[in-house]
Amino acid sequence: MKLIFEKSRAGRRAGRVPDYGLAKPELPHELRRAHPPRLPEVAESEIVRHVTALADRTFGIDTGFYPLGSCTMKHNPRINERLGRLAGFRDLHPHQDDDGAQGALELMWRLQGILAEVAGLPAVTLQPAAGSQGELTGLMLMRAYFADRDEERDTIITADTAHGTNPASVTMAGYKLEKVETDGRGNLDLDDLRGKVNERTAGLMLTNPSTLGLFDEGIEDVARIFHDAGALLYYDGANLNAVVGISRPGDMGFDIVHYNLHKTFSQPHGGGGPGGGPVAVRETIEPYLPAPVVARDGDVFRLDHDRPKSIGRVRGFAGPFGVFVRSYAYMRAYGPDLKEMSEVAVLNANYLLARLRDAYDLPYDRHCMHEFVLSARNLKREHGITALDVAKRLMDYGIHPPTVYFPLVVPEALMIEPTETEPKERLDDFVDAMQAIAREATESPELLKEAPHGRPVRRLDEVRAAKQPILRYHFDEHPALVG
Amino acid sequence: MGYLSLTDADRAEMLAAIGISSIDELFEQIPPGVRFDRELDVPPGLPELELARHLTELAERNAHSGVELSFLGAGIYDHYVPAVVDVLLSRGEFLTAYTPYQPEMSQGVLQAIFEYQTVICELTGLDVSNASGYDGCTVAADACFVAKHASDRSKVVLAETLNPQVRQVVKTYARGFGLEVVEIPHRGGTIDPDEVAAAASDSAAVIFQQPNFFGCLEPAPDLAAATGEAGAHAIAHVDLMSLGVLEAPGEYGCAMAIGEGQSVGCPPLYGGPHYGFFAARQEFVRRMPGRIVGETVDLDGERAFVLTLQTREQHIRREKATSNITTNQTLLALAGLVTLTWLGPQGLREVGETCVALAEYAKERIDLPLAFERPTFDEVAFRLPRPARDVIRDARARGVHPGYALGRDYSGLDDVLLVALTEKRTPDDVDRLAAVLAEVC
Amino acid sequence: MPAAESYPDDLRYHPEHDWARVEGDEATMGITWFAQDALGELVHYEAPEAGSTVTKDSSYGEVESVKAVSDIVAPLSGEVVEVNGKVVDEPERVNDDPYGEGWLIRIRMSDPTELDALMDAGAYRAHVAEQ
Repeated sequence: MKLIFEKSRAGRRAGRVPDYGLAKPELPHELRRAHPPRLPEVAESEIVRHVTALADRTFGIDTGFYPLGSCTMKHNPRINERLGRLAGFRDLHPHQDDDGAQGALELMWRLQGILAEVAGLPAVTLQPAAGSQGELTGLMLMRAYFADRDEERDTIITADTAHGTNPASVTMAGYKLEKVETDGRGNLDLDDLRGKVNERTAGLMLTNPSTLGLFDEGIEDVARIFHDAGALLYYDGANLNAVVGISRPGDMGFDIVHYNLHKTFSQPHGGGGPGGGPVAVRETIEPYLPAPVVARDGDVFRLDHDRPKSIGRVRGFAGPFGVFVRSYAYMRAYGPDLKEMSEVAVLNANYLLARLRDAYDLPYDRHCMHEFVLSARNLKREHGITALDVAKRLMDYGIHPPTVYFPLVVPEALMIEPTETEPKERLDDFVDAMQAIAREATESPELLKEAPHGRPVRRLDEVRAAKQPILRYHFDEHPALVG
Repeated sequence: MGYLSLTDADRAEMLAAIGISSIDELFEQIPPGVRFDRELDVPPGLPELELARHLTELAERNAHSGVELSFLGAGIYDHYVPAVVDVLLSRGEFLTAYTPYQPEMSQGVLQAIFEYQTVICELTGLDVSNASGYDGCTVAADACFVAKHASDRSKVVLAETLNPQVRQVVKTYARGFGLEVVEIPHRGGTIDPDEVAAAASDSAAVIFQQPNFFGCLEPAPDLAAATGEAGAHAIAHVDLMSLGVLEAPGEYGCAMAIGEGQSVGCPPLYGGPHYGFFAARQEFVRRMPGRIVGETVDLDGERAFVLTLQTREQHIRREKATSNITTNQTLLALAGLVTLTWLGPQGLREVGETCVALAEYAKERIDLPLAFERPTFDEVAFRLPRPARDVIRDARARGVHPGYALGRDYSGLDDVLLVALTEKRTPDDVDRLAAVLAEVC
Repeated sequence: MPAAESYPDDLRYHPEHDWARVEGDEATMGITWFAQDALGELVHYEAPEAGSTVTKDSSYGEVESVKAVSDIVAPLSGEVVEVNGKVVDEPERVNDDPYGEGWLIRIRMSDPTELDALMDAGAYRAHVAEQ
């Protein structure tokens, strides 16, 4: 398909700007643009067709089943999109004085309240832009907390099953990383942990349920080990969709929690973003939250900037407000039935697990939570078929592949998260496809090796993309790639 | 309530397939001591109609730009978002897709990001762009990290005329990065190249803003030259909407260009979500944070697009990654791409010219002294006879939000009002502002 | 063409899958067949600078494939006298010929007694078999 630049014709245009008949001003010569940017020159009809064609070449939850593990690809209700575009939200300037933004501030205050109840922790900041920024915020909060107590602690412990963001956040926050192993049941190895937690330990970062989709059965002991050492526990909310209303991170012993509003609370993923990563904390950590926070005085809401112990600001303004509108609307559609949301997410995952356990290897034989990890190592050993081959073949069945090769502790991993919004028929379609693929691995492995067959492109030459990167269109000098 | 799909019959069949009699059995792996044993104390669930009623009521209690004639800017600008952006935002495939890890399923969004990267490179005059960052603040922190590692110097210099929120975020991140942050003061509204040269001599980077937070045009080529001669990297924080009329940072020697993309394609939305952009010279590409899309071919030799140079990123490099960023702002960056395509080079220039013309018209019509004698783009700082906060309050009582009080961030500037003029404001609107200011000053 | 598995007898090996070939007071170093096979086709070699020093058991650079990155660990200490620029330009040479054209750096050894701690080919083959 052509790039929009290749559809451009000099002198063609879509949008027109009002001419107010004002005198044309002169900018200082040395600051004025010498050569116009080569933006596309196309008519509006072609823009619409181009965007439509690009959409046709993209697969979303709206297209079909998308069991991408750890990403919580649930249905995105359309009412939330409509509400996010109400003029009172859309056209509200973030510098508007608090008395002109009472509705927005009240929405944020109410959202904070529901998030606090879900986490079992009293204080919330909405500011972080995404889960990874929530992680970084949490680690900065730990640093501020210990600095205020004149304690020098320099190490953060993560699980060997952790998302890559955890160790990356540890480095960005200026901490050293220590990894703890997972035991044979998929829990943190308590013996390994005891040997690693000491007076230099600032805290733990843990996803619970883990990226294996398993709830850590020893979580009370884990919390005790850290708290006895004076350290803190950070809860990575990537998998919160498993436990809303069922088990609260604050009750598990976590001191700091981030949420992924784009996972658990249905902000659409948008092809990579935007998201939202609020953070909840215990009272003892509340003074360090980023400024501003939303406060309430009687019936009046305001942004409180006067926070002398705050870690500072992590993003512009008070957070991604449009995401708050959608997530708040999502929570209000469920009410206390948010618990049922998580129950059904777990039921759907266990149903798939029960029906797929014979066709694939199951590295941890337990009930799962909202997701589970299979291994294709049986197919690799017997037929040379990898997790990637299974993933690519699923595309031919009209299903987006699960997460593959993660977590790293499982070889040939297929990480499957159906979410609660899928009807049983879609789950059965997926089971049928996965079972058919396991049979095809035996009967016609080349079908898998060459998959996908029906997509706009076949498998890509990723080595070439990395070795001779072409990262933008180069117009007249653009290289012509020949396969 | 909510958005569940299972019938009672479905549930019974599924429980039987699992070999259990109730959903509760699935949660036996949770130790009893940490089970939550009461109902969540949250407001009751609402059907869609009541949900819409409730949120509409909240929305109506906000004084948005349809209620008050607003001249607020100071980092967020109320430019026109063309209707064609709705084509993008309303297509469920873009809205509901995840990050394009599986390229065969995601060619459309990958190609769109590639086109976005191209327009960012064109506007900034630089070689490479990532697929977007969170906002105009966090990309500044990202740029500091890149500059530090590319120079082995651990100090960064920020112009005092750089957006205060951007400076605050850089300072928050700096502790973890091991960066020292220094600021250089403005002299009559802009910063001085000689002071930049002195501060840059042992620094990794200098970040300045063009047009700056006061609305003034910095002597950007001189600032970049002074920075480069001192062995530091010049980083320009720019407004994409200005780059049809203002020179591209790459053309005057900047190593990187960053900024808040909101002005192109996104409504103000009480501060977000918007998108930050990050462009750099080729030499920095392996240290750049965030997703980057590259062109390649498939097995048949057909053109195809894919996330590339992924070894920079957290899911592979983990604790050694250039950043922890995962989620970015793809959908909003693509709104920017569509807006720029709709404007084209002529439209972008016309928007810029209209903004400059409206700003000049405001200087003529508003009978107040200028706070700074400097050329401007779309924002003008006026000196008031009394505190700007009071003037704003009184003007709002007359239905006009006249702008931003610079005293919120700068001591000594309590009497300075920053007025933003986008193409959405008309000369009549400016006349009304002038009349209201004449009444309340 | 990727090379066939081999571990030449004239080399010394480090458990992190790096090799050294000693000639006088100099040593040539690279990664083993096992290491390049685990990574897949290399797309990038982040090389040290000539004149810098490398320390035994510490990383002196990185090699990358599309989906993996690996530190290159120095089997011996010394000063870098030459970097293989051909591998910088064409990293896949490491896959094609890990012990020949795919060498990574040449150093002047600072402590030749470090050699004693390295494995011979037999011991390394046994080490690989355990992986």
